[in-house]
Amino acid sequence: MKKSTLIGAMMATSVLAGAAAAQDVTLTIESWRNDDLAIWQNKIIPAFEAAHPGIKLNFTPSAPAEYNAVLNSKLDAGSAGDIITCRPFDASLALYEAGHLADISDLDGMANFSPVAKSGWSTDDASVQFCVPMASVIHGFIYNKDAFAELGIEAPATEEEFFAALDTIKEDGSYIPMAMGTNDQWEAATMGYNNIGPNYWKGEEGRLALLAGDQSLTDEGWVAPYRQLARWGEYLGDGFEAQTYPDSQNIFTLGRAAIYPAGSWEISGFNNLVDFEMGAFYPPVQNAGDTCYISDHTDIGIGMNAATDNPEAAATFLNWVGSSEFATIFANALPGFFPLSDAPVTLEDPLAQEFISWRGECESSIRSTYQILSRGTPNLENDTWNASVAVIKGEESPEDAGARLQKGLASWYEPQQ
Amino acid sequence: MTEKPRFRWHIVVFLAPAVLVYTAVMIYPLFNTLRLSLFTEVDQARVYVGLQNFKTLFGDTVWSTQFWNALGNNFWFFIVHMLVQNPIGIALAAILSHPKLRFAAFYRSAIFIPTILSFVIVGFAWKLILSPIWGIAPGMLDAVGLKSLYAPWLGKEEYALTTLSLVSVWQFVGIPMMLIYAALLSIPDEILEAAEVEGITGLSAFWKIKLPLILPSIGIISILTFVANFNAFDLIYAAQGALAGPDFSTDILGTFMYRTFFGFQLQLGDPHMGSTIASAMFAIILIGVCLYLFGIQSRMRRYQF
Repeated sequence: MKKSTLIGAMMATSVLAGAAAAQDVTLTIESWRNDDLAIWQNKIIPAFEAAHPGIKLNFTPSAPAEYNAVLNSKLDAGSAGDIITCRPFDASLALYEAGHLADISDLDGMANFSPVAKSGWSTDDASVQFCVPMASVIHGFIYNKDAFAELGIEAPATEEEFFAALDTIKEDGSYIPMAMGTNDQWEAATMGYNNIGPNYWKGEEGRLALLAGDQSLTDEGWVAPYRQLARWGEYLGDGFEAQTYPDSQNIFTLGRAAIYPAGSWEISGFNNLVDFEMGAFYPPVQNAGDTCYISDHTDIGIGMNAATDNPEAAATFLNWVGSSEFATIFANALPGFFPLSDAPVTLEDPLAQEFISWRGECESSIRSTYQILSRGTPNLENDTWNASVAVIKGEESPEDAGARLQKGLASWYEPQQ
Repeated sequence: MTEKPRFRWHIVVFLAPAVLVYTAVMIYPLFNTLRLSLFTEVDQARVYVGLQNFKTLFGDTVWSTQFWNALGNNFWFFIVHMLVQNPIGIALAAILSHPKLRFAAFYRSAIFIPTILSFVIVGFAWKLILSPIWGIAPGMLDAVGLKSLYAPWLGKEEYALTTLSLVSVWQFVGIPMMLIYAALLSIPDEILEAAEVEGITGLSAFWKIKLPLILPSIGIISILTFVANFNAFDLIYAAQGALAGPDFSTDILGTFMYRTFFGFQLQLGDPHMGSTIASAMFAIILIGVCLYLFGIQSRMRRYQF
């Protein structure tokens, strides 16, 4: 008797609580971007809540290195938030396959995104979309404008001009021509191979052909970037073999180097450090007039927990993430992380403007190794790091590097067998 | 007629806390790791595959070349420690135990301090010291006119592992020094005085009297070095990252296991292959320790004073 009263009372409270929640839904957002906490709280959340009364947002980020593990255990325990920030490619695909991320292919906001932008968060056959693309990073070269003016050189557009500029800087001797090291390995692949590569393999055309098995890593388009990398070695600073990523950043921001092979995420950090003017140029093309291709790599997406209690509110929020209002706030708060939607965006940071303007001139692609190809053993991304370093150091010829990667890929990836 | 002895419950009670904690944090994870190495994951479900993972590790060239490379590097890491760390440790202990040495306590502390530093601090400090850009190593060599000897050691395949081994030696040379120092101090003065009467002094006293007496300690140090080196991971990870560059030349079993178990960058973690490598490491260390215990230590002569 007593027990049933208690249960009755509990049910009554939960119904009341439910009724209260129906008036004011709170969506909890899981994210690894704890650096962005202030931006969410001061800019993004107020803007959304003002436009959508009745929906409150709660941004609860965790540390980047722990995010995947924390999120997985929360999802398994059923305590994860309504909105999930998605890592690109396989990490999120695994969550979708395990039933943790909802299918949001039919969301209206999805219409604003190109297939390249969506590729980071769709199934291999692109039939199901499980996260809204939120931000990308663009690769290119940042240069010291003052140094270029001093030496009388212009931002190069072709490969020939690029190496001529490097030679001029090297002969003059007052600047290290290019700030990059091979100690941490990933820069050689990410800022090297995948930065200049799309010009040779023709962006998406080559990447999709490689996925389909129509091209191989021993083809000219995939070996040629290594040929260019092999020439980089002599323009890197003394002892580049032991130079780390922070070393390279410091060398460039201290004004000791003229060119920095970059990703756009450097922009906000560099803006605070340099006392010279910076410019940027996209990876030089082979011949003047060639179509240029850039790596416009999908980096952050945002999706819906399949077990959320408030799917409508979550869908409203995700639609808003696809809008130009969100894109403008986000892009200006974080110059260097560019919105992926086709919605028009006005950027204030001049360097960021430079980077994003390439989208109009060039064809966008993503890093070649990220979709599907790094699923097996040996891991193609890790091998690409290794091969790019070996080529720059002159320990492996471009052809051997291509052959080695192809052998590794073909050992487990059927379309390449 | 004696009564059957009562079961001594207090022993169980006193042992229980240590046994329980040790079981929970050491024994259970160890056996669970060994068990995990017999499974694999197919379509989100764990499947028993027997020794298939070990077959992959040793039979598939993708895995086996990495494994043998890591094992070879690990042996080199161990050899450098045995050839450099332990002899220097013994020599330092012998010098420190010399009664006429002044400031012995200061030297002892100074040499021992790196041992208590975190691997991360040691890794980053040495990376900076040896850095071609900001490091003091090139400048110091330049000051004595030997700039030509400088190379970006951590970035060169042929030097990186040896350099890191020597950094590790620098960090841990205090341990053998302390153990040997303690052993040397425990040698009774009577023996040394008796030897002195016989005309054995100085260096020959070290070789003929002290060294044989500290041999058991040297044995223990060797086995500690072996176990520590084959479990090493931290320094390499702090200095060179999980890919143990350049070109895997500093990859040891610990970093190989870490990369496989937890995944790295786009490589997703594979707990089953990771456990397989961990089991192989366990076997290697077990064999090494057994060889020592049954092959060497049981034959070693001990002197009782």
